[in-house]
Amino acid sequence: MTDVAAEGEATGFAIHPMDQFIVKRFFCDPAHADCTSNIGAFEITNVTVWMAATVLAIIALMVFGSRGRAIIPSRIQSVGEMIYGFIYKMVEDVTGHDGVKYFPFVMTLFLFVLFSNLLGLIPMSFTTTSHVAVTVTLALSVFLFVTILGLVKNGIGFLGMFWVSSAPLALRPVLAVIEVISYFVRPVSHSIRLAGNLMAGHAVMKVFAGFASMAVISPVAVGAVTAIYGLELLVAVVQAYVFTILTCVYLKDAVGGAHH
Amino acid sequence: MATEAHEAAGAAGHSAGMPQLDTSTWDNQIFWLVVALVVIFLVLWRVALPRIGAVLAERSGTITNDLAAAEELKQKALAAEKAYNEALEKARVEAGRIVAEAKAEIQADLDKATAKADAEIAAKTAESEARIGEIRAGALESVTEVAKDTAKELVAALGGKADARSVTAAINARLKG
Amino acid sequence: MVELALMGKYIGAGLAAIGLGGAGIGVGNIAGNFLAGALRNPSAAASQTANLFVGIAFAEALGIFSFLIALLLMFAV
Repeated sequence: MTDVAAEGEATGFAIHPMDQFIVKRFFCDPAHADCTSNIGAFEITNVTVWMAATVLAIIALMVFGSRGRAIIPSRIQSVGEMIYGFIYKMVEDVTGHDGVKYFPFVMTLFLFVLFSNLLGLIPMSFTTTSHVAVTVTLALSVFLFVTILGLVKNGIGFLGMFWVSSAPLALRPVLAVIEVISYFVRPVSHSIRLAGNLMAGHAVMKVFAGFASMAVISPVAVGAVTAIYGLELLVAVVQAYVFTILTCVYLKDAVGGAHH
Repeated sequence: MATEAHEAAGAAGHSAGMPQLDTSTWDNQIFWLVVALVVIFLVLWRVALPRIGAVLAERSGTITNDLAAAEELKQKALAAEKAYNEALEKARVEAGRIVAEAKAEIQADLDKATAKADAEIAAKTAESEARIGEIRAGALESVTEVAKDTAKELVAALGGKADARSVTAAINARLKG
Repeated sequence: MVELALMGKYIGAGLAAIGLGGAGIGVGNIAGNFLAGALRNPSAAASQTANLFVGIAFAEALGIFSFLIALLLMFAV
């Protein structure tokens, strides 16, 4: 651990791509106090602040944007309506008509992930969705929600989705094992994908920004940071979309799983 | 104290592993995440989504109504066009009838005038013919008289005795011939 | 001994990062085949974008796993 740090400092080439992910107390001056250790669960940290920013941004868009209830929408209102229509259509298309009543749940996840990703792209900000703790909580909540919902709605028949009735009988136990494993890997891939994408993008940007301190390659580095920033903007939106559509795909198993 | 702080900074600070895997901050992150998600969910579920849904439904209702109104107006416009065409057609027929009437009237007047003129012309022609016939008859008579006299004179001069009856007969025969 | 472990760590991280190339191939394969299919039957393309993104996400997740292994080797081991 300390070897890496010592080595980095020894060569005078100190890029710390992971420092941006450190959780620290928000009202704290690192020069005078220790801001990172022994953080209690209820303390105000940078996580708190950026999640609050996410919440406020969502409220600004979805509540204040639509407060006019105008037939001919303002710009912000039409953006909110566009997101509403987009996610509503996605839920309806993927989960079917029965899944529409879980639309607020899906919408909450989508807006949280989207705004966390986008706010995380502001320089010097903190990306809450790059943390495994956050994404695992999100993915586990989806996993538990879907599993419990499926068991409540379909009873024991929900387990029928592991028994592939279209396969030859001899293969079915093997397939059932594979299906069960893949079912329990879902929350892992669901969460690691989001966190990994964001972490990787931000770390790469940080590395290129570190290269910019070297005069020879700084123009290249600055150009690369700009290009990667554009890519990350795309990744932020696409990952929010992917997270949401996978949630819908999993929801479909619970809502209509016993029927196919 | 100072070394402890430095070690702590080293443990969670520069390049000391992934901050994501520092489990001491997980409870803090998860707590605030749950708070944020609950707030977002309540706001969306209670306020934002019903409102936006209502606005969208109202808009689609308005659009449907507007489309229906537009359809109705279109039907009205079509009806008006049809009535206009009908009126135009009727007016055209009326105009044709009036023209035909006027033409017939004029034709009748013309025919009457023509007939009158023809009659007048015929009368005048008849009168002229009568007069010409009279004149011709007069002339024939004179020719007969002159011929008789001349023949008598000629016969007398030649020394014969003119038989009035045979002279007349001869002259008549000549004139006829 | 410590140097040897450190070397192994870095080499392992580099090897793990190779896995991302596979994810790149997979994502490119999916996107390319989608485009080829979409050009053949453009009217069906719009309804399949959701499947496209789900497929890309699944393919990419495996690459992200190897990236995660690389990160763990670099920073956590």
